[in-house]
Amino acid sequence: MNVIQQAVVAALVVVGSFFLLVGTIGLLRLPDVYNRMHATSKATTLGAASIFLAGFVYYGPENAGLTSLVGILFLFITAPTGAHLISRSAEKMGIPFFGDQVTWPGDNDEYDASNGD
Amino acid sequence: MASELAGVPAAVINVALVLVSALTLLAGYRVIKGPTVPDRVVALDTIATNVVAIAVLFALQRGRGLFVTVSLVLAIIGFISTIAVSQYVVEGDIIE
Repeated sequence: MNVIQQAVVAALVVVGSFFLLVGTIGLLRLPDVYNRMHATSKATTLGAASIFLAGFVYYGPENAGLTSLVGILFLFITAPTGAHLISRSAEKMGIPFFGDQVTWPGDNDEYDASNGD
Repeated sequence: MASELAGVPAAVINVALVLVSALTLLAGYRVIKGPTVPDRVVALDTIATNVVAIAVLFALQRGRGLFVTVSLVLAIIGFISTIAVSQYVVEGDIIE
């Protein structure tokens, strides 16, 4: 391996670790299940995809590198699906939002209709 | 296959392995403490993604491409378990 390839691998690993760090801090610090789901589903997907990309740069476009590209595609398809299912189940269980400022869209429409009349 | 890394990139990958493992343990705090069940499901999903990243980092550290395939299988298992648990807590049943 030449020097440029090694430097690219190291940089992608650093970027991926940073995104995983941000996502886990969001999971620990944010106040609400919807906020936590939003933070982790974006940041950890980007972090793991960046580390997969480092694997593609390391192994080249053959066996394990091609598997890394398939892994990126799989993460980008499945992570939003899982986050949507989790938030849907939280909404069906009746878990409220944090604070009074946020409501579901249906409530806002009702409020506007009553105001117009 | 590609040779093992040496020098600064190897040190970067070692530090990243330690950091991601510590983050996985920290996400376990939300699994134990989390006030509601969806909080725990979100934390388990995060742990699954972190374990995928750990497997790829191990493949980079050892220079063995087999562990990239292992990480892909772990990603599939994490996705299926997330779907199954989020169906179970709402419906009380997975396959009707």
